[in-house]
Amino acid sequence: MATIKEKEQQIISEFENFDDWMDKYNYLIEMGKSIPQIDESQKVESNLISGCQSRVWLTAYMDDGKLYFKGDSDAVITKGIANLLIRVLSGQSPDDIINADLDFIDKIGLREHLSPTRSNGLVSMIKQMKFYAMAFKAKKAKQQ
Amino acid sequence: MYQTTNTGYNLEKIRKDFPILQQEVNGSPLVYFDNAATTQKPLQVINAITDYYHRENSNVHRGVHRLSVMATESFENVRQKIAQHINARYSHEIVFTRGTTESINLVASTWGKKNVKKGDQIIISAIEHHSNIVPWQMLCEEVGARLRIIPVDDAGEMDLEAYRDLFNEKTRLVAVNHISNTLGTINPVKEIVEIAHDNDIPVLIDGAQGLPHGSVDVQDLHCEFYCFSGHKVYGPTGIGGLYGKEKFLEEMPPYQGGGEMIKSVTFEKTDYNDIPYKFEAGTPNVAGVIGFGAALDYINNLGLENIKKHEDELMHYATTELEKMDGITIIGKARNKASVISLLIGDIHPYDAGTIIDHFGVAVRTGNHCTQPIMDHYGIPGTVRASFGLYNTKTEIETLLKAINKVKEMFG
Ligand SMILES: Cc1ncc(COP(=O)(O)O)c(C=O)c1O
Repeated sequence: MATIKEKEQQIISEFENFDDWMDKYNYLIEMGKSIPQIDESQKVESNLISGCQSRVWLTAYMDDGKLYFKGDSDAVITKGIANLLIRVLSGQSPDDIINADLDFIDKIGLREHLSPTRSNGLVSMIKQMKFYAMAFKAKKAKQQ
Repeated sequence: MYQTTNTGYNLEKIRKDFPILQQEVNGSPLVYFDNAATTQKPLQVINAITDYYHRENSNVHRGVHRLSVMATESFENVRQKIAQHINARYSHEIVFTRGTTESINLVASTWGKKNVKKGDQIIISAIEHHSNIVPWQMLCEEVGARLRIIPVDDAGEMDLEAYRDLFNEKTRLVAVNHISNTLGTINPVKEIVEIAHDNDIPVLIDGAQGLPHGSVDVQDLHCEFYCFSGHKVYGPTGIGGLYGKEKFLEEMPPYQGGGEMIKSVTFEKTDYNDIPYKFEAGTPNVAGVIGFGAALDYINNLGLENIKKHEDELMHYATTELEKMDGITIIGKARNKASVISLLIGDIHPYDAGTIIDHFGVAVRTGNHCTQPIMDHYGIPGTVRASFGLYNTKTEIETLLKAINKVKEMFG
């Protein structure tokens, strides 16, 4: 399994192929359509991360010491970016997730989507992913 | 490029007054269609503020020295100018605040706390800005009162028959907006006031969008309170006002405590100052007030009727063109509308649409526009909103239409 940094680098390379913003967004839109979607039954209040502009749902589960995420959003671009974040963080150890700085978003020119004024739910989604990692880590420590 | 049938309205010259409009965004000329959120400032306003700091800056109402006298005079002149602009009977009926939000909070926490008691009711409508919902909700929670809501139909118009039926012996106040920032509906505020007065109930009008779109006459409206923001009428941020009928302001307890709002202070007792100073504790935003005055001069020089005619023309053009396009739904189709268009592009999420439109250099607003209840009413997460101001052009609307076509192409 590739590390977080390696996966970030992969995405950066993919984005280097785009000539203009429109190609980039077309790719995000494709991604938004192909995200591992959460079951409708999981789109409940407790999995909802509310942005004022768009809504994001996130679920997480632990398997063999690694944390896995699934996500969805009502906005396609938000969903595309959520998918990128999930691609990078899903299947990693809680420690690595807690320490990830995720600066690839900046490098592929999508940083504006992580500005809090956008309030699209993505900033809170990252926070929530790290919370999950901390919670699973604490639970594991207790079990040992 | 700047065609308009409004003779005497020199759009090209007007646009030169606004330095911010000369820039590019994402490689395209900026098209600013977020005027309902805030308007851009002409040089006349920017210069008035700079000049004030260059030449007059000093505290008002406090000194006999030359500068203080000059600053106080300019400051009080603007109060008078605002009073004239909205046709208030007296200039002491104008209280300076930070803006509409603070004006509403002022009334809620002074007049409201004195007059609204447990079990009482306050009437608002289903198309209010959060600024005209939350202060009343907070008051209700504190004293044990409750809100009653005037329903709005699908066109975005208030149901006045239902409104009439909301009155009872528990009603204490009606608080409604003049023009909706989300749908553009120009509400029949005069009639709303008449109905309230038939029931002996005072009315507060949220005029944040009223002042920028036509003339306001508070004596003709007969409302008890009218709230407004300078930044929505081409003035600076952080300054606005509250008009209150003399009798009401006099009976209201003060808002905040501090300097300026008192006549004499001992540790035993404080005598409050006269209106409007009673509500203006602390050093006011003098530069903001001066800038606000310059903004009113600016729009009055252009002529309120001319501005309105120009905005109506833009609005009519945009609406007609949008209606020709497939898959566009305009949200809010009131018969009487100001230059605000809320729309949906197919079932494309407003956030997605706004992101693409931004890349064309067009600033539109997406989301619920701080009016979540009306979005819930329509069962939508938000809209794309274009709101036009005195400097916008038909060419700019064409850019928006192009951007919308691109959105349809990319998400379709
Ligand atoms: C209808 C309406 N009411 C109130 C407000 C609040 O105005 P301000 O933020 O200037 O206090 C706004 C501005 O967004 C508005 O459009």
